[in-house]
Amino acid sequence: MSHHEWTDDQPIVSINNVHKSFGNLEVLKGISMDVMKGEVICIIGPSGSGKSTLIRCVNALNDIQSGSIKVEGLEVNDKDLNKLELRKKVGMVFQQYNLFPHKTALENIMMAPIKVLKQDRAEVEERARGLIAKVRLQGKEGAYPGELSGGQQQRVAIARSLAMSPDIMLFDEVTAALDPETVKEVLVTIKDLAEEGMTCMLVTHEMGFAKEIADHIYFTDRGVIVEHGPPATFFDKAEDPRTREFLSQIL
Amino acid sequence: MLNRKTIPGINTEPQTRFAVLKPFNATAAGEPEDLLFSRWLASTPLWVWAILIGFAIVWPSLSFAASTYSTADAFQALLRWIPFIVTGGFFFNVIISFFAMFIGTVLGVVLGLMQISPAFYIRWPAQIITQVFRNSPWLVLLFIVLLALPYEIEFGDTVIRIPDWVKAVFGLCLPIMANIAEVVRGAINSVPSGQWEAAESLAYTRHQTLWQIILPQCFKRMSPPWMNWYAILTMATPLCSLLGVEELITLSRQAIEAENNRPELLVPFYGFALLIFFAYCYPIARATIALERRFAVKL
Repeated sequence: MSHHEWTDDQPIVSINNVHKSFGNLEVLKGISMDVMKGEVICIIGPSGSGKSTLIRCVNALNDIQSGSIKVEGLEVNDKDLNKLELRKKVGMVFQQYNLFPHKTALENIMMAPIKVLKQDRAEVEERARGLIAKVRLQGKEGAYPGELSGGQQQRVAIARSLAMSPDIMLFDEVTAALDPETVKEVLVTIKDLAEEGMTCMLVTHEMGFAKEIADHIYFTDRGVIVEHGPPATFFDKAEDPRTREFLSQIL
Repeated sequence: MLNRKTIPGINTEPQTRFAVLKPFNATAAGEPEDLLFSRWLASTPLWVWAILIGFAIVWPSLSFAASTYSTADAFQALLRWIPFIVTGGFFFNVIISFFAMFIGTVLGVVLGLMQISPAFYIRWPAQIITQVFRNSPWLVLLFIVLLALPYEIEFGDTVIRIPDWVKAVFGLCLPIMANIAEVVRGAINSVPSGQWEAAESLAYTRHQTLWQIILPQCFKRMSPPWMNWYAILTMATPLCSLLGVEELITLSRQAIEAENNRPELLVPFYGFALLIFFAYCYPIARATIALERRFAVKL
């Protein structure tokens, strides 16, 4: 298995010339990027530019037609891919939180490590309580998702992903469905994670936030990466007219 | 929509191959159309009770004006026969409905789960079976079962007779099976696809997702339509009288015959049958609607 050969000095996620179509509609037209361990990258771009599709391909929620995505050396575009092994490495947080409504916040966090990883319940509970504290939701352990605000639900969702001890976290427009006043609490949680050295790939519309936490920013439009660079140069010295137009509209 | 993932057997919208019949992609469980019967029955105002009782009392008394047979005679006849009709007859309707519902539910859950299988060779036959039994007249199914099942089974020397009511149970459980399968499928499809994706990204297998995440959420959604189908089934049990099963209608007819077939008895006896079914199904319908409202608020 090739992924055992992966070492820290190689990209933890390596995307190479990825093409992806839904029917006749080609949404990714040859995307390449490398993400190093501990890096935070933000993907921005107009709606329909394929940015969500791209990160969903990283944990094989979407399959790709051609190209290669390697996660810690594990080839995602492989019919014999062990998806469970991949998903233990990659955590994902969604725009719509997708908490399990019939379980409490604590149970949401504990379920997968117990049922999937077969870890010891007491040990998992201790870790889950730690994660609740980490996302600043002490006292909400027994609350059902329906009783929590959007921002609180999203933080539970982040904790739920973290409970699987992933090496990489994917954030798919996680603040897009939130009330403006709860956006910040979620962003603070993500920032904490980034500062602890978690490898993060974010699709976001929060430009200020992207500028603040990203090591590298990718601008996608119509299925290709138009321009990319570290925030300082990206925001101030964008060269491509499409990037400039987008930034002028959104900033 | 681009990002919406199509999960095999789920979120896909199979088209019916039977254009004029019930649409295949039935409404999700818990939606209004699904509970039409219970909604109608539960909303029955009290004056309907008055009219039902009126049917059983006032109408016959009027028709007796010209007859030598008095109202009192007719009701004494009814009272005399009520224990027989209820304990011997209606009791059987309830028994048949219980067994048919139980077997129909077990088979229906299996069939419903088969319908969402990613494997076409499991999904496809299940869809056909569901369509056939949902769209067949219940009475026809009853007759087919009556004729198809042997009169008795031989195990070596012992001969076991299959009573007609057992055949009736099998006949009635078929349409129930098909409709419960649709309830199950509808409930599973009504769970947002984000739930599947969240579980998938947490390394759940499809099987684990179904049993630990999706089905527990379906249980609540399924209970109101399930009760709705029970009420409909109970209402259909008098069909068994055509097979000669000694249920409420059969015994009522026998009682009328025993009272010299007097036409004045028809309305009180069948009016009583109507009342007893109404009294049995009305609380079920009320409970169904109450449950549905409660779940609608909670989920």
